[in-house]
Amino acid sequence: MRSPAVSATGVCRTLAGTPVLDGVDLEVAPGEVVALLGPNGAGKTTLLRVLALLLRPTAGRIALFGLDAADAPPVLRRRIGWVGHESACYPDLTAAENLAFYARLFRLDDPARRVADALAWADLAGTGRRPVRAFSRGMAQRLALARAFLHAPDLLLLDEPFTGLDREGVARLQEKLAALARAGHAVVLATHDVDRVHPVATSTAILHRGRIAWTHEGAAEKTILAAAWTTVVTTGTA
Amino acid sequence: MRDALVILKKDLAIEWRTKESLTSVFVLGVLLTIVLTMAHDAPAASAPGLVPAVLWTSFVFTGLLGVQRAFLLERENDCLAGLLTAPIDAGAIYLGKLAANLVLLTATQLVVVPLTGLFLHVDLLPVLAGLCLALLLGNVGFAALATLFAAVAARTRAREVMLPLLLLPLLVPLLIGAVSLTRDVLAGGLAEAGMAVNVLAAFDVVFGVAGWLLFAYVVRD
Amino acid sequence: MRRLLPAAATLAMVAALWMVFLGVPTESEMGVVQRIFYFHVSAAWTAFVAFFVVAGASVAYLRTGSPGADRLAAASAEVGVLFCTLVLVTGPIWARPIWGVWWTWDPRLTMTVILWVIYVSYLVLRAFGGADEAVRRWAAVLGVVGVLDIPIINVSVRLLPGIHPAVIVRREGGSGLADPTMRLGLAVSVVAVLLLAAWFVSLRVRMQRVADEAAELRRLALAERGEVA
Repeated sequence: MRSPAVSATGVCRTLAGTPVLDGVDLEVAPGEVVALLGPNGAGKTTLLRVLALLLRPTAGRIALFGLDAADAPPVLRRRIGWVGHESACYPDLTAAENLAFYARLFRLDDPARRVADALAWADLAGTGRRPVRAFSRGMAQRLALARAFLHAPDLLLLDEPFTGLDREGVARLQEKLAALARAGHAVVLATHDVDRVHPVATSTAILHRGRIAWTHEGAAEKTILAAAWTTVVTTGTA
Repeated sequence: MRDALVILKKDLAIEWRTKESLTSVFVLGVLLTIVLTMAHDAPAASAPGLVPAVLWTSFVFTGLLGVQRAFLLERENDCLAGLLTAPIDAGAIYLGKLAANLVLLTATQLVVVPLTGLFLHVDLLPVLAGLCLALLLGNVGFAALATLFAAVAARTRAREVMLPLLLLPLLVPLLIGAVSLTRDVLAGGLAEAGMAVNVLAAFDVVFGVAGWLLFAYVVRD
Repeated sequence: MRRLLPAAATLAMVAALWMVFLGVPTESEMGVVQRIFYFHVSAAWTAFVAFFVVAGASVAYLRTGSPGADRLAAASAEVGVLFCTLVLVTGPIWARPIWGVWWTWDPRLTMTVILWVIYVSYLVLRAFGGADEAVRRWAAVLGVVGVLDIPIINVSVRLLPGIHPAVIVRREGGSGLADPTMRLGLAVSVVAVLLLAAWFVSLRVRMQRVADEAAELRRLALAERGEVA
């Protein structure tokens, strides 16, 4: 039996004095796509950053692929792909240059081909010498996603990945996520956009006031979700 | 370290593309040299004695400006998070940024040093080797500490003030050593270099290593 | 421990005051003013010790994240700056009657100024570095770097040109006390000032811990009511 991709117990994290995460328990198996829902301020972004090993938890334990993540060892970071609110791409370089840079940092073999494939997926092959600064919001988002997919990570942590994407972009992302899940990669996707994540989610979780307040196997229907949401807000759990 | 080299090349590529810091640092360097030369009222005969002070004052201020940009460029689009999620050591980021800062400092000095020689009526060619040594030792020490604290200052609110505030007191021994060595070298070339070389070398080694080890604590949350 | 330290510090200070003003003989060359030397040197040593404590506590904080270590570092830095300021104040008071100048850039005084500025910048970073809790880590890094700089500063200040040679001779000769009573006086003063500083640090650490706990309680209370601090 393979170890879960993510095994988080009692994860807490304080930011500027306030406890943003207050005891998160989360388990994600390989091949799962978890839709992480919750209002603004629930802690979704912070949780993803903690799982991406960008932030150390102030309490609790995190194990990724069965390995203790406390010291953020490079061997784990190699297997994680993270997309935050910003593209993490240098505005004065071109898309190709950005991807080539990350390909080198991740020590990928055949970097040129992988960069070309990533650009093709993101429909950015034609940008040539245009710096990222000149990209539209949608283009920047596709580049950010391409950057995360570049090294074929076993765990993907995506924070509002559908932002800025047009219908075509959304479809492409959904297709990619479904393919990744089939291939055994794990995905945790934080979003407001229930409709867009619905087709790909294999489970749903609601994050409220720093805790996982509700989980559901499979993608949750809107009605179920709405009911769960009201319960969570009024009682704190569901 | 290979990763450090990758980061260095990336920084240089960005710098070359925009020439943003390069230009502002160059211009500032030249301006400072002019202002400092104007500001003294020493007669022409004793002007050469001012060279070490003018040079290093100007380098410190241009260096402070240049070094800030190394981390400001990582703040756009949260690129630092991109670096931190990559499987590289924080030390590699430090070395890469340090090297990039060194390149920028040296490039500025290529212009400012001859200019200073011109304005203060000093022939620098005979002492060029010694001068280069002084510059190298001083630059490495400066960059070692400046890279470490620029990463700190970049995340504070009053960052333009915070960097000089934190850095300048720590740099005093480096400045003393650099000015002293420059003065010795101008007096009689490499042969005249005395204890100042040891001071500078010690500074470079101690803070190069300390910076490399401590950088992770500055940059990783 | 809590009661022992203030009692010990008070006793030691009384003993030191007695020694310095009554116990030791007047120095032949410099006269009565020389008596300030005992506190000047004691304050200098104490400041040094405080800065080393800052470095040690900073290393501990970086490695363990212990808030106690952080509080100790902050308190030691404050007390260190206090005694460093005393050194810089007593220095001129001593210098003026002896050398006729308020200030001189002799190696030891110069080093004290530089250290003072370094640790003042430490305090500024803590005070104005912003709400980001990483500030404590950065301050710890500064605490370590500051101490590493001390030996280098020590050597580099000797490179400064134009130091009045007579000054060096006199200052260097300052700690070579011939009279055994004077040596005793110095020892007592050093111990007394160190104990005093230790007492100040312990008070400050306790103050900070209480403040931290109060803030935590306040936050919990507000959270209970559904509000955010």
